[in-house]
Amino acid sequence: MDQGLDREGHRLIRRLGAPLAGRAAWVVAGAVPALFLAVFFLVPVANLVLRGFHDGGSWTLAGFSEVFSAPRTWRILWFTLYTATLATAACVALGLPVAYLLHRCRFPGRGLLRAIVAVPFVLPTVVVAVAFGSLFNPGGLLEFLQLKESYLAILLALCFFNVAVIVRTTGSVWSRLDPRLGQAAQVLGASPLRTLWTVTLPALGPAIAAGASLVFLFCSTSFGIIMVLGGVKYSTLETEIWYQTTQLLDLRAAAALSVTQLVIVSGSLLASTALQRRTQQSLRLHVDDSAEHPLSPARDWFALSVTTLVVSVLLVLPMANLVIRSLRRDGQWTLQNYANLATTGSSGALSVPVWQAVWNSAWIAAVACVIAVTMGVLVSLVASRRPRNRGGRLSLTLLEGAFLLPLGVSAVTVGFGYLITLNRGPLDLRSSLVLIPIAQALVALPLVVRSLLPALRAIDPRQLEAARALGSSGWQVLRRIELPHLVRGLGLAVGFALATSLGEFGATSFLSRPDNPTLPVVIYRLFGRPGPDNYGMALAASALLACVTAIVMGAAEQARGKGVSTW
Amino acid sequence: MFTRKLTSLLAAAAVAAALGACSQPASSSTPTAGSEGSATITSSTKLTVVTHDSFALPDELKAKFAKESGLDVTYVAPGDGGALVNQLILTKDAPMGDVVFGIDNSFSGRAVDEGIITDYDSPALPATSKQFDTPDLTPIDFGDVCLNADSQWFAKEGIAVPTTLEDLVKPEYKDLLVVTNPASSSPGLSFLLATISAKGDDGYLDYWGQLVDNGVKVVQGWSDAYYTEFSGADGKGPRPLVVSYATSPAYTVTEDGSESTTVALLGTCFRQVEYAGVIAGAQNQKGAQEFIDFLLSEDVQSSIPETMYMYPVTDVALPAQWEKFAPLSEQSLTIEPDEISAGRDRWTKDWTAKVIG
Repeated sequence: MDQGLDREGHRLIRRLGAPLAGRAAWVVAGAVPALFLAVFFLVPVANLVLRGFHDGGSWTLAGFSEVFSAPRTWRILWFTLYTATLATAACVALGLPVAYLLHRCRFPGRGLLRAIVAVPFVLPTVVVAVAFGSLFNPGGLLEFLQLKESYLAILLALCFFNVAVIVRTTGSVWSRLDPRLGQAAQVLGASPLRTLWTVTLPALGPAIAAGASLVFLFCSTSFGIIMVLGGVKYSTLETEIWYQTTQLLDLRAAAALSVTQLVIVSGSLLASTALQRRTQQSLRLHVDDSAEHPLSPARDWFALSVTTLVVSVLLVLPMANLVIRSLRRDGQWTLQNYANLATTGSSGALSVPVWQAVWNSAWIAAVACVIAVTMGVLVSLVASRRPRNRGGRLSLTLLEGAFLLPLGVSAVTVGFGYLITLNRGPLDLRSSLVLIPIAQALVALPLVVRSLLPALRAIDPRQLEAARALGSSGWQVLRRIELPHLVRGLGLAVGFALATSLGEFGATSFLSRPDNPTLPVVIYRLFGRPGPDNYGMALAASALLACVTAIVMGAAEQARGKGVSTW
Repeated sequence: MFTRKLTSLLAAAAVAAALGACSQPASSSTPTAGSEGSATITSSTKLTVVTHDSFALPDELKAKFAKESGLDVTYVAPGDGGALVNQLILTKDAPMGDVVFGIDNSFSGRAVDEGIITDYDSPALPATSKQFDTPDLTPIDFGDVCLNADSQWFAKEGIAVPTTLEDLVKPEYKDLLVVTNPASSSPGLSFLLATISAKGDDGYLDYWGQLVDNGVKVVQGWSDAYYTEFSGADGKGPRPLVVSYATSPAYTVTEDGSESTTVALLGTCFRQVEYAGVIAGAQNQKGAQEFIDFLLSEDVQSSIPETMYMYPVTDVALPAQWEKFAPLSEQSLTIEPDEISAGRDRWTKDWTAKVIG
């Protein structure tokens, strides 16, 4: 009798305790990445920015009035917003036809073309700036266009990077758009153009807007492109924060600008996240059948010609030109520049041979990838919970948003934040190499989360409910349903993490040591040193980095599960 | 010397033993007969050297220092000269290293004012180099930032190579000069200082106005100016006049080695001196001092021209090409470090407003 009661009690406890334990596990799973983000991002950044609002004695907002009474600030702000808007519009205009062709039409070589379009997004800014520079600079292939240091060159480079974002966000939705809607419209007498305008584009609307707000975010925070291609004429919020912080140590001005940038970035992030979620929800309404049809030049001529133009001129030409330049010396074809990668450059340009930097980049990228993917998996799993109460939903939205923030905070702010925050006891990591993969993981984390989360959110809630109703425990649901879904996005996440880390320059240039440079740091350094050997090595190293990144992203695209990732 | 080393070694060992397996740098204060008036200096088995990002020391010399000093040395290079000083100011409360190299005379005034450096007079600095000395810091190398001209271009066009700052605003030199942005480039700042030294605080902006009217081009950094805009370098750019260094002509020597295709205009030079210093609050002041002495050793001083394109402050042999093609300016322009420290931010801001708008 007693025994029976006891057993009954145990069963009760187990039944009540399981959700409780489950909830505790989720809290822990969320706390680990949250702590990581707090220590290596939020606290350092807040620490530096708050210094700008404290004049030694008391809190003050004098920085704001000072900064915003200068006409220069308004000019910079206007330029930043204007350029980002223009570049976003151009990316949407160019990206939509490409998305249609690559995701709605079937033709041989499509996989390769998709990879080519995907690669530029993760290419290191140093390399892209070099590639565009060598195109437009005196002696370059397109010198006659007179685009050196022109506004158009900046716009082209921004489009080069970001067309892929539009293609990716809209393409995957487009490929699953129910073709019967369009067919119905045409049966009812609508012209193809009218169908596009009244049926297809509205259906794609949220996806386009989500992609556009991401592009806007990337364009408004671009640093390297403006610095290298913009010459002295153009400044954006990001370059101004760099200048005020590193060169003038005017923390008040920098803080006011950082907060302004954060407001802009949070706005576009919020828009993008909300819209992305709406697409994911609306997606479920559509059939998951492939709506592809064979490419027909007569019907798809417009998309075909835009894609040809975008791929050949905007994307392939700068990179091909870079590779060709790296293979030439004094008007002759040669592998000398590549052979020189085993050296430290002429007149001691580097402390280590370039191959050593390649090795550094490789292991740092591996570590950064492990950190970013581990944290990304935890964040995505937690953020994909579907709590019933409002508070729960709000905290998950905040969690997801917080991990996207590194996209919008300048590397200088993070780097200087580390200097004054991670400065004591066991956390004094300022001269430690560990900070490099950590900082790179932070930069990659938003992309990792964006690759994983859609895969989890795409799980039909009825499937989860059915599993639970049939008696599966939370753990079993996780293992049998959610993790397999997650794995489908994992390839892409790993690809993004590796590629981002390989190309990261801003934070790395702060943290790397002269005897342990990464490839982008070495490239930057070689360009700053006199001598044709160094210049040639910089070109060769850039081409090498671009190739490695392309291979990584190509493999990731292959590994990606079908129809995953709407971002 | 030996006993001092022994004492500090013992002290360090004792501390290390006390700390057990702790990975923190072992540090201690060792009483010494301090020549600088301070009774104690700190020492440790680890040394962190903070430099600007152009610092280069051959591996064998790094190894030599590590071996001779017995120290575990870490080199960090967090940015260019200006960023370096600013980072040291920012981290005053918890210094990011023990010894700094790469503060030049345009930032030394600020570094000293902010108290980020502890005074050290290196016994290794020869009396003949005292002309470069400045309070607290120790001079390591120096050079001249000068305009460079593509002599071949001028010969071909039949125009005389300009020699003074005044020449540059003459109509025959319209659209020929490219300079770098003083806000982001150290040679650019040096050239701005040269014009301030020559034209005065009240006259330099007018002079720049004339340069702008005469078609001066401003680019972001030195490599962009030299490699892509300048006609005398590999990039074969369009402009035959560029801001660079007095030593640059040694790198444009013709294949037969008889002459250089470019020349530095020695009347337009600003003298740049680079210093090393013991960081205030360093964990290892003793090691920092040893490192500064090492930078003044013959081996390091002889390597400086090849690795950092600067002239050593001590009297060591220079590369043959330098003797021939990279003479120093006899009358380089200068401004006192305190004056630069007081004026620099205002000058660059005013310059930006005037020239870039």
